[in-house]
Amino acid sequence: MRPLELRDVTFTHADSPKRALDGISLDVEKGEFVTLLGENGSGKSTVCMLSNGLIPHAIRGQLGGSVKVFGYEVAEHSVAEFATRVGIVFQEPESQLFCMSVEEEVSFGPENLAVPREEIRERVEWALELTGMKGYNDRSPFSLSGGEKQRVAIAAALSMRPEMLVLDEPAYALDPVGRTELYRVLRELKEKQGMTVLLAERDAEDASTFSDRIVLMKAGRVVGNGTPREMLRDPDRLRSIGIWPPQLSEVSALLNRRLGRSDFDFSSVQEAEKMISALISSGKGGAR
Amino acid sequence: MIPRSAGRADQDFFIVARDIKYAYEGGIEALKGVNLRIKRGEFIAIVGGNGSGKTTLAKNLNGLLRPTSGAVDVAGMPAAKMTVAELARFVGYAFQNPDHQLFSGTVDEEVRFGPKNLGMIESEVAKQAEHAIALMGLQGFRSAQPLSLTLGIRRKVSIASVIAMDPQVILLDEPTTGLDAGETTDLFGCIRALNEEGHTLILITHDMRLVAEHAKRVLVMAGGRIVLDSDPAGVFSDLEILKSSKLEPPPVTLLAHRLAESRIPKDTATPEQLVDRIVALAGGRR
Repeated sequence: MRPLELRDVTFTHADSPKRALDGISLDVEKGEFVTLLGENGSGKSTVCMLSNGLIPHAIRGQLGGSVKVFGYEVAEHSVAEFATRVGIVFQEPESQLFCMSVEEEVSFGPENLAVPREEIRERVEWALELTGMKGYNDRSPFSLSGGEKQRVAIAAALSMRPEMLVLDEPAYALDPVGRTELYRVLRELKEKQGMTVLLAERDAEDASTFSDRIVLMKAGRVVGNGTPREMLRDPDRLRSIGIWPPQLSEVSALLNRRLGRSDFDFSSVQEAEKMISALISSGKGGAR
Repeated sequence: MIPRSAGRADQDFFIVARDIKYAYEGGIEALKGVNLRIKRGEFIAIVGGNGSGKTTLAKNLNGLLRPTSGAVDVAGMPAAKMTVAELARFVGYAFQNPDHQLFSGTVDEEVRFGPKNLGMIESEVAKQAEHAIALMGLQGFRSAQPLSLTLGIRRKVSIASVIAMDPQVILLDEPTTGLDAGETTDLFGCIRALNEEGHTLILITHDMRLVAEHAKRVLVMAGGRIVLDSDPAGVFSDLEILKSSKLEPPPVTLLAHRLAESRIPKDTATPEQLVDRIVALAGGRR
């Protein structure tokens, strides 16, 4: 069963005159790392909240079209029914952490499901290991750095053994090294555990390195859907939907424009280095 | 009221911090000896990882925190002798989360609150508020309720309410957190205008793109100290400093360093700059 399947979905919040989602169709396949890229108000958080039934069950509004999560229509099933299949992590780790120790925090979910004590212990160790937080069991979540808190929030979601992890701008308040570490953990979850990851982001630079597929969103619609290379190639297109283009896309596009070419399309620093050093050495002597 | 300019340091340096240390209750030493001199009209970025001491330093410059040891002079006077309200006329501080600062019923009231509270007369309050609202482009939001606005606008309101007190120095703590590209560009248009008007700007950020595009001077912080004080070129040419300060070097910087053998300067900081330099070296074809 497909982790997420949206067909012509519309959603309008109860207190808003404007549609948050304006007819979107979107699939997330098993084991895929998909990034929703869009500015504030583009609808990416709404998609995240649909993926475990927070919409329409906890957040009220008018939902149209079909949203299937692992084959189940979200409107017809409770949030609790999705809790063991979809783990969700929000922007601010503080808003989800509330226990006195990391261990309590990570065991909270499975305890509520009455999972046997021994299995909870195993799950906690497994989740802390995967998120690089092994040995932090007795620490207070509030004594941790922003990046560590966010990884505890992810460990807490993982302890429910979900099949899909949904994260809404998890790196929002992290410094660059914290961001990189967080995304490395997510990428490893996908690669080693086969986890399906759905991520909402505004930063194309990170999305370009970690995603299998990028979905560009604008004003509640999907305006692009493809590989990072295809989606991030055109800086003007990204700017038009409120996204800073990755620097390498800007360098490729500017070089093409200045040199009257169309073949520069760097997807890595290594690739750019190779092509540019060749360009410079071939040009030497010619101009002066 | 303290005169707006006084003393010799005013001519040379508007803020002077001498070996300031700061320890939070519980003993965590967040500043371990910082020396800093800031002139009027500078545009400074303070960069560093979470927990490096950026915000603690900023709060020690405007009296929200007082150094455990060492001293800060502002406008030629010891900050220790001034109240937070007196300091607010010299050094304004816009919080990272605008909602920590907004509480009034309308944008207009919010922006007027600061100058009124400083005891300015009504005509002066009106003039300052008007100026701040115009600078931040908030004319259309005067009677809106601040907390009902989008984050980008709320942040502008919080900055306007600081500007309205007419401080010489404006400290902006991570002003772009949560903003998208359009909102960031828009906000930085306003921030540049403030600097051009003569205000000293101190920007706390870990967005190296903003640093490359806007700052004239960069303070790199790590472990409660300033580990580098330089122009942006000096920071971008030092990969080790960037990495050890939890600042991922941007792709263009990494690329420039790898292209050093092809004579691309290591201080290259923006895509435009890099492409200019490549085209100049490749020569010939256009």
